[in-house]
This record gives sequence, C-alpha cells and structure tokens, in this order.
Amino acid sequence: MAIASVPLRILIGKVGLDGHDRGVKLIARALRDAGLEVIYTGLHQTPEQVVNTAIQEDVDAIGLSILSGAHNTLFRRVLELLKEQEAGDIVLFGGGIIPDEDATALTADGVKVLFGPGRPIQEIVTFVKGLKPHG
Amino acid sequence: MQERKPRFTSLSGFDTNRVYTHSDLKDWSPDEELGAPGQFPYTRGVYPTMYRGRLWTMRQFAGFGSSEDTNRRFKYLLQHGQNGLSVAFDMPTLMGIDADASPAHGEIGHCGVSISSLDDMERLFEDIPLDQVTTSMTINGPAAVIFAMYLAVAEKRGIRLERLDGTLQNDILKEYIAQKEWLYPPEPSLRLMTDTIAYCSEHVPKWHPVSISGYHIREAGSTAVQELAFTLYDGLTYVEAAVKAGLPVDRFAPQLSFFFNAHNDLFEEIAKFRAARRLWAREMTRRYRPGDPRSAQLRCHAQTAGCSLTAQQPMNNVVRTAIQALAAVLGGAQSLHTNSMDETLALPTEDAVKLALRTQQIIAQESEVANSVDPLGGSYYVETLTNRLEEAALDYFRRLDDMGGMVQAIERGFPQREILDASQRYQRELERKERIIVGVNEYVESAERPIPILKIGQEVEREQVARLSDLRKCRDSFKMAGAVEALQEATACGENVMPYLIDAVKAKATLGEICTALKEVLGTYREPVVL
Repeated sequence: MAIASVPLRILIGKVGLDGHDRGVKLIARALRDAGLEVIYTGLHQTPEQVVNTAIQEDVDAIGLSILSGAHNTLFRRVLELLKEQEAGDIVLFGGGIIPDEDATALTADGVKVLFGPGRPIQEIVTFVKGLKPHG
Repeated sequence: MQERKPRFTSLSGFDTNRVYTHSDLKDWSPDEELGAPGQFPYTRGVYPTMYRGRLWTMRQFAGFGSSEDTNRRFKYLLQHGQNGLSVAFDMPTLMGIDADASPAHGEIGHCGVSISSLDDMERLFEDIPLDQVTTSMTINGPAAVIFAMYLAVAEKRGIRLERLDGTLQNDILKEYIAQKEWLYPPEPSLRLMTDTIAYCSEHVPKWHPVSISGYHIREAGSTAVQELAFTLYDGLTYVEAAVKAGLPVDRFAPQLSFFFNAHNDLFEEIAKFRAARRLWAREMTRRYRPGDPRSAQLRCHAQTAGCSLTAQQPMNNVVRTAIQALAAVLGGAQSLHTNSMDETLALPTEDAVKLALRTQQIIAQESEVANSVDPLGGSYYVETLTNRLEEAALDYFRRLDDMGGMVQAIERGFPQREILDASQRYQRELERKERIIVGVNEYVESAERPIPILKIGQEVEREQVARLSDLRKCRDSFKMAGAVEALQEATACGENVMPYLIDAVKAKATLGEICTALKEVLGTYREPVVL
C-alpha cells in the first residue's frame, strides 16, 4: 500500500545543444498534471549532468528530447553513464526527430522507447504511469 | 440550419462567422486602412507593382555536413533556378562552439553546416560570386562573428563590401523567447546587434543586418497573434536601441527585414502579413516620424511551417507546404522558403528539396496568382481578420509596455509562458480531435512505406576536428592572441566590435575562441525556467 502512494519521479530534459523545447515542456506539463513528480532540467544539458541529476534526485525514469540529430551519440552516452554509475535500473526513454533505423538500433541498445513526432501525449503519460519504481 | 460544428475558429482561436458582409467593416475606410500598393500604410504591399515587377526570391534554407557538402548543395539549388542562398548552420556553430569542443560531439553537420573558422567559410562559398548572389545567414548568438567571416572572405576575393547584399538573422530577442540559442545576456547581445547595424549602415549599405523573426516564435507553439505581436515589438526594441546609440532612424531602418511563418490557416496567414505591414508602418511613423518612407516599410521573408509537417504519411507534407506557400504569396512576402516533405525525419534529400522549390515555381508560373497585387484586398473576411490581428497585437504591445519592454518581459518569462500556454491549448485540441491533422489523428494508416532520407556520416566530425587541429598548428598564434585581446578591449570600452572581429577571424581565431573571449567580457545567460 505504501509503495502505491508514492508517485513516480521522472526526470525530463533536453540534452545536447538544440533549444527546441516545445514538445518536452508539453510532456513535462502533462506528466505533472497526471500526478507524477517531474524534475525538469531545462536546456543544454550534457549526458553527465543528466545522469548526475537523475541519481541525486533518485528518479525512476529519464525522458530526453533531442531534435538536433545528435541522438545516436547522446542517448548512448547516457546509457553508458547509467551503467558506470550502477544506475542501469533507471529507465531511459525519449523522443525527437529520430529516423526509424536509428530508433530501432537505440532501443536494441537499451533505450526503453522512443516517441516520434505526432504521437499522442496521452500515450506517453500511459507509458510512464505503467513504469515500476526503480530499486 | 444544422452546421458541422457548434463553433468554427481560426487556428489562432478567433471565432469565425458563417459569412462576412459590409456590416463587419462599418467604420472601415479603404483609404486609411489600405492605401494603394506601395503607399502608406502598405497593407497591400510595399511596392506598387509587387510580383508584376519581380517575383519573390526563391530562397531555400540549406546546410549540412562539411562546408564542401553544403557548397555542392548551394550549386545544385542555383542550377535548378533558385536565386538566393540561405545558410543553415549546425548546432555547435549556432551556439558559438568549435567542432572539436566536447559539447559539439555528435552534433557536427547534423542540422546544418559546420563552420568554425575563416577557412570553413571560404570553402562554403567557393566558386560562388558573392557580388552576384544574395546570401541569408541564419545565425544569432554568434551573428557578428559569422558576418565578420563573410566580410573577410569577400575582402580576400577583392569584392568591395558595398556590393554585398544579403541578410543576417541576428535577431537575439526571439532567441530568449523561442529558439533558445543565446550566448550572452540580453542587454550585451542588443549592443552587439546595434554594432552590426551601425557597421552595415556605414560600410555594407545593401546588407540587411537583422531579420526580425516570428518564424521561431510560431514554431515554438505561438498563435498568429503572438507571432505578429512579439516580432514587431522586438523590431521596435531594436530600432529604439539603435536610435539610442545615436543612429538616425533613416540611416538604418530601410535595411531592417522581417521573417514570418506561413502556417495552415490560409486566410488568417494572409491577414497576418497584411496586418504586419500596416502595424509596422503606423508604429514606426508614430514613434519616429521618419523622413524616408522606406523606414516604415515592412519587407519580409517567409517560410512554410515546419511544425505543421507530419512524420506520418510524409507525402502529405507536399500539399501542406503548397497551401502555406500560397498564403505567403497572397500575403505579399518578398522571399520564400518551402519546406521539404521529409523534414520531420531528417534534413532534406536533393529530390525532396527540388520538389519543394518546384512547388514555388508552380505557384509563380502556373497559378497566375502573381498577376494582381493583393488580390484579396477588400474581402470582407480578410479585412476583418486583418483588423482583428492588428488590434490583438496592439493589445500585447500595451502589456509589454506596461512591463517595461521586451527585455523585462523575457526576464519575467512572459512571452515564453504565453507561447507555452498556446501550444498546450493546440495540443489539447488535437488530442480531443477538435482539430484534425490528416494521417495523425484521422485517416491514420497502420503500415507506412518508408521514404528515403539524408544521412550525415561520422566522417564529417572526424574531418572537421582534424582540420581545426591543423589550423591551430599552422596559424601565427601570437598574432591571433593579439587580435583576440584587442577585440576584448574594444568590447569592454564600448567601441564597435566589427572591425576587431574582422581582424580576429583573419588572424584565424576560431568561432569558439572568439565567442569565449566575448563571454569573458559580456557574461553568460541562464534562462528562467518556465513550465
């Protein structure tokens, strides 16, 4: 019972250099409105900053938005750092302008799911609410 | 009689009547609200003949990979009938970061061309006659540095600066509002921008030193009204800064240019372009009483709405783009970029970008819409919309005035929050199917055929990093350091930075080195997080 009353903690952020934050902010708002605890990092985060914040804030999942084309490098770097910090149980998901081919390879490498343009926000909320608390 | 919906609204949320009649324009005087084309308040267009005299410039925004890759794409576009260049830079360049700096890793050449030094800039424009093409450069935070590189390339080729024609986006306020690519805090950024305006007015008179942009504000989720209001208010802020710096308004205002989005709501968009011209003419005249009529004329570039394109059924994007391009043309834009159908997936392929260019050529040559100036002038509906947009924008002007101006409003997060709220409203409308996007929330297909997309190889990054390492080894580092130091001193003393920037880029200081040196003097910025 006690577990069920603790809302999931989710880090939502922008990694890399691009400043397109329209989508990420809508998602952060939607998750917050759905009763989750959202930690929004703001723009221009490095993978190191994201992983450090995720561990400090003890989040259950990290959702990252990338629209600059740097997804292959940045998502993999975050996965690598999570593993190094022994925090591989934190779920990583994301979205952005990501070609199918890259998305398939990234999910094979450990990104839980990537949401492309046009996906309903409710679908993302449902996905996040279905996650289990980590640890 | 029963109608399809209880309420019809424009994309920006204006209620739309079943029909518009003369009663909607009761106190409306065509002499006052329209004037003739080329006459105050320029509602019908800034030139008497408009497209009968000359068609709009077809200017496709292009850039990817290395400077050689983009140089080849430029030549391809020129070969296929494009008549102006428009450079897209990659994220590190836009953020003033060198290709070999760690934050640039993974980003090189992905959403534009990578430019870190004067050598890159020379390769970008190899064999392109800079005195015969017009070049637009979408760069803001480091705009003055990139401009200095362009001027240095021209000088090196013996082209006199007064022959150069083109546009520098250089619109820093909308970065804090929407696009989020800033380097320094707002006030020092305004000063750098004023330096470029002053330098152009003296040395590069045909150049447009700033393109005051609503495009990115709209892409960030604003309504047409917010796009119009925030953009024009930014413009007035720039004029005020330049006037305060001692420039007479007629020395620079005729060279200001604007850049708007062309979105889905055809009539609302046409009205937006018309309202923008009228509002700018009236505000400039009221505030500054310019002697030169060109100081009150709003000339603009337009780009179709990237955010309206869908990854689902991407071929549909060709149709969306055609309708949006038509809005820009019926709205009287001076130049136009049409997006390619594959841009929700990656940068466009050659074939996709050619189809986008052909879309403009078909509108220009086959539809006959360019035969008559402002063909919708006098339409009850379009004139009503034009009035409403102007009034709603003026309402925002008053709110911004009350806050003490745009810089103060940005620091309070006001325009950012207005845009975010608008984008959330729109998203909710989509999710409730109050608005339909074909292929996304209606007429959905489960299996889709993939289309070819452009890929940027990792060799681009390796090559750029190697080149920079060579450049650092081969340059006269003593001379380079001296030029950067002189730049810092001039910046601190409030001198115009442009001559010092030109010296620094010629001494092979890199983009990142120069921007870092300027940050030491001007400071850095962290935005207030608005959620």
